[in-house]
Amino acid sequence: MSAPLTVPPPHDATWQAAHSRYVLRLGDTSLVLGQRLGEWVSHAPALEEDLGLANLALDLIGQARLLLTYAGELEGRGRDEDALAYLRDAPEFTNLTLAEQPNGDFGHTIVRQWLIDCWQLDTYAALLDSTDTRLAAIAAKALKETRYHHRFSSGWLIRLGDGTEESHARVQHSLDSLWRFTPELFAPDDVDERMRAAGIAPALPELAARWSSRIDEDLAAATLTRPPAQPHPWHGRRGVHTEHLGHMLSEMQHLQRTYPGARW
Amino acid sequence: MSSDWPLFEVFIRSRSGLEHKHVGSVHAADPRMAVEHARDVYTRRQEGVSIWVVRSADIVASDPGEADALFEPARDKVYRHPTFYAIPEEVKNL
Repeated sequence: MSAPLTVPPPHDATWQAAHSRYVLRLGDTSLVLGQRLGEWVSHAPALEEDLGLANLALDLIGQARLLLTYAGELEGRGRDEDALAYLRDAPEFTNLTLAEQPNGDFGHTIVRQWLIDCWQLDTYAALLDSTDTRLAAIAAKALKETRYHHRFSSGWLIRLGDGTEESHARVQHSLDSLWRFTPELFAPDDVDERMRAAGIAPALPELAARWSSRIDEDLAAATLTRPPAQPHPWHGRRGVHTEHLGHMLSEMQHLQRTYPGARW
Repeated sequence: MSSDWPLFEVFIRSRSGLEHKHVGSVHAADPRMAVEHARDVYTRRQEGVSIWVVRSADIVASDPGEADALFEPARDKVYRHPTFYAIPEEVKNL
């Protein structure tokens, strides 16, 4: 890996830890969302949707592999992608709280997917300009995938929102119940600030404005109503999770926990 | 659910310069969903660079009962085949 010519001031250990954590958060969100989508396999309402959701899941898990590998290298404790994915407990996971929410019905899964797709679209697009060239390269690959994810999820959001009375009511209800997790998407903390100052990460308030207008555009097409603003009590990115993550991890990590180092 | 959706025939162009070929069919509620389903079902292994979908109901097909009338007359007209020319080695995809 070649170092950029304009190296920021020497980084101390806490800066390095923040860098690793920033990358880890992106990777954890992709991993957890990918695992959730994988739960749909063989349960989707149609064979074509089954494959569609599995394709999204595989894209996300592919992103997670690149990001977790990189985060592990930055961390410098010798943990690879598998160690990070399979051998951490819930409080060490740093995904967005929204990503770990259970699938619910198909419409609920679509609303969760669409909210995160919109967030990933703007996040990855902004990371193309990151001074961290490796992160920018990962973002470039992920952005192409995410454009399709958004096409898929917004298409379904509009179809269900502007569909029958029942489908409209169901997705509106899902939107109302998941909306409380969205302030976390754009609430910067010390990690975000340090990465922004180094030109590695974008400024979250700018991203929030773009996300918000994209959300309004899709909601209008879907004839859905944007829920009122909510306070910000969720901190999945800091390792404080809803009870759902632990249950999900117990299934995801079962094999590696039971047979450490198992390969196939 | 998918049995309520109309059937679409899927055509994939495997690479630039080649024609779209029929590869199968998908159920979908609307044309946009049909393209997505075709993408997810038939291009997972880089099979294509372009997708066409068309409602199966919109295809006008020949009647198998008329096969004799339609296709038999061509059987004894070998002179219509361009097999009496030498084809240069370099010509591909003819």
